[in-house]
This record gives sequence, C-alpha cells and structure tokens, in this order.
Amino acid sequence: MAEIKLLTEHYHKPEFQTLDGYKKNGGYDVLKKAFKMKPKEIIEEVKASGLRGRGGAGFPTGMKWSFLPDNGEPRYLLCNADEGEPGTFKDRLMMERAPHQLIEGMIISAFAVQSKKSYIYIRGEYTKCLSVVRKAIKEAYDAGLLGKNILGSGFDHDMDVYSGAGAYICGEETGMISSLEGKKGQPKLKPPFPAVQGYLAKPTIVNNVETLAAVKYIIRDGAAAYKKIGTEKSAGTKLFSVSGDVNKPGTYEVPLAYPLRDLIANECGGMKGKLKAVIPGGSSAPILNADESNKVNMDYESLAAAGSMLGSGAVIIMNETRCMVDMLNVILHFYHHESCGQCTPCREGTGWLEKIVSSILLGRGRPQDIDLLDTIAQNMKGRTICALSDAAALPTISFVQKFRDEFEFYIREGRSKVTGQPIKRKNIKGSHHVEMHH
Amino acid sequence: MFQLSKDGLAFVKNELTRYETKRSAVLPALFKAQEENGGWVSPEVVVHLSQVMDIPMSQINEVLTFYTMYNKKPVGKHHIQVCCNISCAMAGAHEMADYLCDKLGVHDGEMTKDGRFTISRAECLGSCDTAPVMQINMDEYIENLTYPKLDQMIKELK
Repeated sequence: MAEIKLLTEHYHKPEFQTLDGYKKNGGYDVLKKAFKMKPKEIIEEVKASGLRGRGGAGFPTGMKWSFLPDNGEPRYLLCNADEGEPGTFKDRLMMERAPHQLIEGMIISAFAVQSKKSYIYIRGEYTKCLSVVRKAIKEAYDAGLLGKNILGSGFDHDMDVYSGAGAYICGEETGMISSLEGKKGQPKLKPPFPAVQGYLAKPTIVNNVETLAAVKYIIRDGAAAYKKIGTEKSAGTKLFSVSGDVNKPGTYEVPLAYPLRDLIANECGGMKGKLKAVIPGGSSAPILNADESNKVNMDYESLAAAGSMLGSGAVIIMNETRCMVDMLNVILHFYHHESCGQCTPCREGTGWLEKIVSSILLGRGRPQDIDLLDTIAQNMKGRTICALSDAAALPTISFVQKFRDEFEFYIREGRSKVTGQPIKRKNIKGSHHVEMHH
Repeated sequence: MFQLSKDGLAFVKNELTRYETKRSAVLPALFKAQEENGGWVSPEVVVHLSQVMDIPMSQINEVLTFYTMYNKKPVGKHHIQVCCNISCAMAGAHEMADYLCDKLGVHDGEMTKDGRFTISRAECLGSCDTAPVMQINMDEYIENLTYPKLDQMIKELK
C-alpha cells in the first residue's frame, strides 16, 4: 500500500512548530482558499469527504456540523485535546510538532460553522502542549490570523486554550463542556446534543484535534481526493499511537483499512516476542487475540466486524509474557478511578469489577467469579449517561471470553498461568466478595 | 492565613475577565493558588479564593475535589507521579513506583518526613510510546525511565 502522509508530512521538521516555518511549508494557504468559499460549501465538502471524528466515537464530522440550529445564537467551537484514553498519545505529538496545523484547521472549521470563539481544551498534564499551543496562538494573533477581520475576509475569530485538571471523563464532550464552564466534568444526558445546547447552553461543536487538522487537508485536496483514501465508510488517513511490545512504538499515519499486521511489521519494526493480543482502539476497546489481530484491517467497519472498535486509534500490543488477569486489573483500576460517580451501574460496577479481579490476583478468586465478571459487565453496558461504564465493561467481557483459561488457572492455582507466579503489586487491593442478589 | 501574591491576585483577576462566565476561572485560579501554597490547596486557600473571586466556596470545592491535579493534602517539594497505566505498567512502572517508595521510605501517596518528596501513581499521562514515564510537579515528562535514571534523579533532587 502506497504511503500517504497528510497530517504528519512535516512532523520531522522542527521549524514546523513556528509560524514562519509553517508558512514556508504552505501553512495558512488553505485558510486563504477556504475564505474564498462559502461556509456551507466547506460543510458540504467535509460531509462529502466522509471524515469521521477521530477522537473515539467516529461520528461523521460534516453531519455533526449540520446539526447546528440557525437561531442567531453565538456558536462555539471546542477542540477536544484532553486525550485521556490510555494508549493514546497522537494528539500530543501534533500539538507539540505542528500547533499551527491545528490552529489553521480550527479557523477553517470555525469559519464553516460560523463560530466567533473557540477553545482548545488540553489536559492539564500536557504542560508542554499547553505552552507550545499558547505560543502558536499568540503568533497567529500577531500575524492577523486570529482576531478581527482575519486576512481581510471579514471573518472574526478568537481562540483560547483551557487547561484541564486531571479527569478522564473530561474527554467526553459534555463532560468537557461542564469543565470549561468551571464545574465538575460530569457528562450530561443527550439529547440535547452540544450542537444544539452546549457550552453555556449555546450551540457548540466539539471535535478532536486530529479531526480539525484533517479538515485543512480536505479543503486543500478536495473531498473526492480525500475519500479515495481508505474505504467507502472509513475515508482518509488515521494517526495510530502504538505502544507495548513492539520494537518501535510511536505515532504512525496510515490510510484507514491498513492491515494491523502490516502496521506492526512495517511501521512498528515488528514484535518484541510473540504476538498474543492487541487492544486496537484505546483501553476501552475489546481485546483481539493473535489470530484476530493478524486478520483485521484498521478501519471502523473491519474492527467492528471483528468485535472491537477503532476508538481513538490507540493500539496496545501484548506479547506472550503478558498475564491477561493482570492486564485487565490495570485497565479496571483506571476506569474505577475515573468514574465520575453520577450513574450507579458505572460508579458501583467499575469498582466491583476491579475488586473481583484484584481478589483473583491475590489468590482469593472463586470459580463463579468469571461468570460474575461477565454478568456485571453485561449489566453495565449501555445503561449510563456516557460511555465510561461501557469502557470498563467491554474489555472485561472480551478478556474473560478470549482468555478464560488464564482466569480459571489463576483461580485454581493462585498464580498466573503465564508467569507461573502470583502477580505481586503493592497497589492491588483485595476485598471481601460481594454477592449479586437477584 | 493564605493570601495570593500580588502577581497571583492579578492573574486571578485577569482570568475572571477572560471567559464568558467567571466560574470558568475557578480551574486556573486553583492551579495558581496551589502553586503559591506549596503545592496543595488547603481549606484556607478555598476561603481566600471565594472572597477574591466572589464565587461560593461550594463551587470551588466542587472543582477541587473532582480533579486529581489539585492536591488536597500537603505534598513534597518534588511530587513525583509515576504513570502506571497499561503501557507503562507493561514497561515495569509499578515496580519502579515501588522502588521509589522503598528508596525514600514512604508508602504510595505519602510525603517523606523531610518534606522533599511525595511519590504517587498516576493514571495515563499520554506518553505510552516512551513508557515508563513520570512527571515531577507540573514539569515536562521524564520518559523511558530506567532504575539508574531514577537513582540519578533522586540524587539530583535531594
């Protein structure tokens, strides 16, 4: 498959971080082109491109934009740079290496949806991103690329950065809006969707960093050219952040539908050890075993057909030395820690799942725990305001289903089938069992 | 009694004017106050911010208690947070966090008696390709950790 680099073409050039260097490489030329178009034409172009949100949900971007009501109210554009999904680090790289690419994509998008104010919500831990993006925004203001009458277009737009303060759930769009309003980042029921009632109850579009940057290339090359990349339902390129047991972990841009085995072999320099399992879309995605991983292509439909999801494009690779009981425990600890506590199935369920797997790791597991894990997880799915409950349930169901023998062995023997020893970590907190009452 | 410095006060007053709603200033104000209060937000800090910002304490406490980057108890001068999520855990982060705790004679989340260090486990820092990773206070990440690197870092910070 031919190499196609859109977003990452200039990442290797340190100059790409600065406005001058960015302009030398064609920066802000596409904005000039966009200003010659009508906002509705840009929306139609984005719709026609087939671009789907790159943050995790994969919702069609142009369609989301067209949900904005025409009621004369101010509209906000919110860039989701929270990037809290374990395994995901693609947006961090873009913000550090190519902040103007994001800003240009955002101005074009803001012009398309006729928003005069945007925020880039960056997770608080990303201190370098915060300072690089703030500096780039200042450069853009100084050059007349932000503010009043941008490049003489008659379009006004202000952009600011907002720092999160450590909460995974602020990556969920309504949680992010609550956080930007200075509140707990708790998600809200949808509908109403943010496009209708978002930030300060005004129409708001929330898009991921990668999505907004991709808009620039759709306008540059045209929707038809963009749609030629990938598949009919999964158009364009995708940034995959790969970590775990490969020789060259990192962020790689490949066309959607790229085979996972090629991603590992070509971009990631091959496996360290023997492939055992892959989480293909961030830690909330169901795990694939080696056989499934070797067959699957990296696009929305293929991964869904394989029983998992593309998610944020965070590919976590595991070799034969990984104990699946241990891996699930790490994942569940995270979702229990990050549950915002609004919905009972999530607040109670995430903790319950973690406690059961912890107990197994501590040698206190019971044979019925495996089915209990599955039952609890099945009851958590789709019953909460946001998808965090699912994010704990889906990995649980898939780990138990695909690596049941490891759970059975650990419960029977009190040690890992993989390492031959009990997994010992100081943060594993065991508990008394809590039975499920029907 | 805690009071923001002159610069800190100016920062908070400016934040109150930057957003469409002044409540949005609570998150940045808490970061500033935490920085000026030795790395944590005490009840006195909340009282002071409430007065300065004219925002009810309940609304400030709501934010304070929800987000993990605000410390609700004193932390060491160097608050070391070792990422222990999936990719870092696979690269040995839990063992490294244990090692640091043992070396400094503290439990997870505790401060050393001399007030210099607090060791905590953090959730995904978003640098999984350079695992294991840690962050000290709110500085840039320290990546691709090794045991000699940890030893050297503690030596330099002591």
